[in-house]
Amino acid sequence: MKSKLLNGNEAAALAVKLARAQVVCAYPITPQTSLVESIAGMCARGDFPGEFVNVESEYSALAYTIGASYAGARAFTATSSQGLAYMHELLHWAAGARLPIVMVNASRALGAPWSLEPDQLDSLAQRDTGWLQFYCADVQEILDTIIFSFRLVEETGIPCMVVYDGFVLSHTHEVVELPGQEQADAFLPAPPGRTALRTDRPQNIQAVTDYRYVSRVLQRRHRDMLKVPALIQSLAQEYADIFGRNYPLVETYRWEGAKWEETEAVIVAVGSAAQTVKSALPSFSGQGDKMGLLRIRLFRPLPKKEIISLLAQPRIKKVVIIDRDLSAGTGGIFAQELRAVLQGSPFQGDIYELNLAGGVDLTPNLLHRGLAALDRGGDDDGSGIIWGVDLQ
Amino acid sequence: MIHTLVGDIPRQEFMLSGHNGCQGCGPALAVRHLIKISGPEAIIVIPASCWSIISGVEPFHSLKTVVLHCPFPSAAATGAGIKTGLEAVGDMRTQVIVLAGDGATFDIGLQGLSGVAERNEDIIYVCYDNEAYMNTGTQRSSASPYGSLSTTTPAPAAKSSPKKDIMKIVEAHEVPYAATANIAYPGDLLAKMRRAMQVKGFRFLHIFTPCMQGWGSPIEHTVKLARLAVLTRLFPLYEVENGEHYRLSYIPEEYLPVQAYLEGQKRFSSLQEAELAQMQKRIDRAWRALCQKAGVDPVIPPPKA
Ligand SMILES: Cc1ncc(C[n+]2csc(CCOP(=O)(O)OP(=O)(O)O)c2C)c(N)n1
Ligand SMILES: [Mg+2]
Repeated sequence: MKSKLLNGNEAAALAVKLARAQVVCAYPITPQTSLVESIAGMCARGDFPGEFVNVESEYSALAYTIGASYAGARAFTATSSQGLAYMHELLHWAAGARLPIVMVNASRALGAPWSLEPDQLDSLAQRDTGWLQFYCADVQEILDTIIFSFRLVEETGIPCMVVYDGFVLSHTHEVVELPGQEQADAFLPAPPGRTALRTDRPQNIQAVTDYRYVSRVLQRRHRDMLKVPALIQSLAQEYADIFGRNYPLVETYRWEGAKWEETEAVIVAVGSAAQTVKSALPSFSGQGDKMGLLRIRLFRPLPKKEIISLLAQPRIKKVVIIDRDLSAGTGGIFAQELRAVLQGSPFQGDIYELNLAGGVDLTPNLLHRGLAALDRGGDDDGSGIIWGVDLQ
Repeated sequence: MIHTLVGDIPRQEFMLSGHNGCQGCGPALAVRHLIKISGPEAIIVIPASCWSIISGVEPFHSLKTVVLHCPFPSAAATGAGIKTGLEAVGDMRTQVIVLAGDGATFDIGLQGLSGVAERNEDIIYVCYDNEAYMNTGTQRSSASPYGSLSTTTPAPAAKSSPKKDIMKIVEAHEVPYAATANIAYPGDLLAKMRRAMQVKGFRFLHIFTPCMQGWGSPIEHTVKLARLAVLTRLFPLYEVENGEHYRLSYIPEEYLPVQAYLEGQKRFSSLQEAELAQMQKRIDRAWRALCQKAGVDPVIPPPKA
């Protein structure tokens, strides 16, 4: 293992190489582009174990990846924003076909208007497509989560989206522990090879069928999804034994020790925003001083049990959910999901939303301002949401 | 004289009776022939189309080979991905055949088709052309001919633009092999499929497959109409290698006006005299251009009295 200075896209490219992906097919889009370029470059230099294929669109990129995966190849693609939206039909198809595909999505706002900011609605809007979704908080985690996901998809037959904030993580350099190939090989077995598309007998794959069959297929997918959190926990232990890093389903901060004794409120954050919260909390007095942090890492399936057991404690009176997305007319998507999870649980406190839709940069100042608004009793505009940017 | 160009057709069948095609289904007949050449070991990729149904509803299957269904616009890229995936796992031999309708090819999948053609992906792309979206009940496609009626171009608003020339588009990519074929000329169709199986790189077959249901003709007229399309030079049989070597597969012996083909098809029932003349002019012009590329005399003698 050696230390290297890498940005998120470079780390992702190296993870795909370490995972010995056999077919990579992707279409460039800011802020994912340098990831595609990295893999194309490694391929051109003969420094990549698989094939890199340029196509004419994201739609074809995912169709191609689906084809390669059907043939038994370990396959990867990557995109962002408009590109992910363009893939939508095939996201459903890949999940329905139970293909072990790993994809990266570097978060970026969806138009109109054009924007390059790291709003997360692009991937959150795909929450019902049947893909697993991880949201990473730093560059090391991007690398580890991609390697990890290849094992996870091959064990479950459920495709996985590894999401990280555009620019904030895709283009920011951090010191990363780069594992050796032998470590990656110890965790990831050789690709499964030919399975579905065997030509030794006739088959009519994904032929038209009726509701009975479809209902069973969907129920099986649902059940298999529910088993994923436990599987992740056991694989995470294995991963930790080899790589020395153990990633939980949800991360907690200031959850024990003296501070925790006084904690009355918890901030729920996702991705790089959680890093900001972590670094800002200790410097706050008042509200912030009595707060813990819960970071959601796995969003699909949402680890409900773990979230409830962490939040449903008598001392926690307030939960502040930070969303960098907006389902217009309803609110932040994480806020909706958390409300649904806590509904009917022993959690008795109040739920607040701090919304950074549009990809508002979460600074310690902004966090401070948001929490101050909470101190005053909440939102100023009656929306039930504290906004990162004032409307005026 | 009517040429059927019946060549050496293998007797072995890889398509089963009891499939879901309508009576007189042109696309079913085309695949019955093609698959005799590609055999049981090819992988056939089918986007949404009549063939999604003809191949059989779960758990039935009408082809003695592997069929993989995929979304409507995705067949070209899915097929190419399969081929690359097979090679990645060490299978250099298995042929991947995309079998797509005109809607999937001329319209919604055109971008993907252009992509695989430009990259010279090593697959065979078969477009069976029944000149409309038939699976969804005969809506116009860009392959529908000028003057034809459909449920989305109903009388008196018949289609006002000519049929898109998909071969020209594919040829412009300078692909190793592209050919037109027709179910009324099975010997020629099989020979072209054989050739396609031998060539490496992107191969394209554009097969004319009438749909009696959608065209409003008696079910026993499928082959007759397909043949008339060739005899009137509405759908010439030819092949192109590398976008430059043109070869006409068949030259009609006498000049047959397009009227002979249009008769008995309800979809042309609103056609006016002037439109008919317009259609004939287009056919003659396209024929001259094709003959020029192939280095052949375009003049066809009038019928002997
Ligand atoms: C994205 C999308 N749009 C529309 C459809 C509905 N649809 C299914 S098949 C079809 C028409 C197919 O036409 P063509 O490719 O000519 O094949 P044919 O049915 O004539 O055999 C349409 C419009 C679909 N399945 N997917
Ligand atoms: Mg059609």
